[in-house]
Amino acid sequence: MKRNIFTLSAAALVLVMGTGLSLAADEFETTIKEHRFNPDRIIVPAGKRITLWVKNDDSTPEEFESHDLKIEKIIKGNSKGKIVFGPLKPGEYKFVGEFHEKFAKGVIVAK
Amino acid sequence: MLAAAVIVFREVLEAALVIGIVLAATRGVAGSRTWVGIGIGAGLAGAAIVAVSADQLSMAFAGMGQEVFNASVLGLAVVMLGWHNVWMTRHGREIAQNMSAVGRRVASNERPPSALAIVVGAAVLREGAETVLFLYGILSSGSESAALAAVGGAGGLIAGGIVGYLIYFGLVAMPTRHLFKVTTWLITLLAAGMAAQAIVYLNAAGVVALPMEAVWNTSWLLSESSIPGRLLHTLIGYTDQPSMPQVAIYVATIVTITLLSRAIGQPNQGTPAGT
Repeated sequence: MKRNIFTLSAAALVLVMGTGLSLAADEFETTIKEHRFNPDRIIVPAGKRITLWVKNDDSTPEEFESHDLKIEKIIKGNSKGKIVFGPLKPGEYKFVGEFHEKFAKGVIVAK
Repeated sequence: MLAAAVIVFREVLEAALVIGIVLAATRGVAGSRTWVGIGIGAGLAGAAIVAVSADQLSMAFAGMGQEVFNASVLGLAVVMLGWHNVWMTRHGREIAQNMSAVGRRVASNERPPSALAIVVGAAVLREGAETVLFLYGILSSGSESAALAAVGGAGGLIAGGIVGYLIYFGLVAMPTRHLFKVTTWLITLLAAGMAAQAIVYLNAAGVVALPMEAVWNTSWLLSESSIPGRLLHTLIGYTDQPSMPQVAIYVATIVTITLLSRAIGQPNQGTPAGT
């Protein structure tokens, strides 16, 4: 019984890995300045692998975090970080800068 | 100040819980305290190096260095936790007997569970690097509130330490024969949660491309961003919106560790116990 679950989940994993790898990427960018994202509303195509560049123009580090997208990434001051996610279903996906959650907020809209 | 305290608390929480569980799980094992100490020290040193070289790390693997690094550290911890459980299945009983017989003084000639030193090191490394970067950011901003925020950060650190102590004392207050059973399960679930987390990082790094849509959503019941949610996230890998790959890896890790413990962890080598 236990072995069956394991084999099944392993097989399921191989299956989904196989179907996922052929996706193409689309690129977007947002900039952090004074602990705010600009733009803070990013519209991306649904059903595609997305690349989002997060440029941090502040001198302090920020952690880009999106619970909805299952992403956590530290972006040091005056540098930029690359975030890849998707394919997304149409909908809104919130994100924050965890180190300055009060101001650093935004949303990714998949259409 | 409070914001800094909360952020630091959240970061150190996971490391504190891991250390508390590891200390309880290896209670009575010769040399385990030293190994945990080495793990913490190495983790802190590593965290400082990671924080300093964050730029290079980020740019490694085509901008995906952080994700690959996190996935590797988590993967290593999962393997070490699994190995520890197999080891404990073999030796746990004799250690438990020794503990009650000679009052904690254990003269085990077996290899100390240095595997858990690596687990502790990995947890401190991962969470520590983020804490260092965050605090460094506050201090380098040089504003008037920086000192206050630093105090808040220290408060968060202490609060995290207290939680680690609480879980340790809660566990060791148990009768020894239950302790090993409970810590074995805790370590298995800890490993399963970490494995599920690792697959998220591997996907974020683009190493694998998996459908990460949530299979169910229990955020109405317990949000993962709340403190109890975070606690459960670390302890048993609770996720309020898990995806199929996370669930699959979680189950696979539990099954693998349990089967390995049964097959090769039995005190008497020979036929593995049947189900």
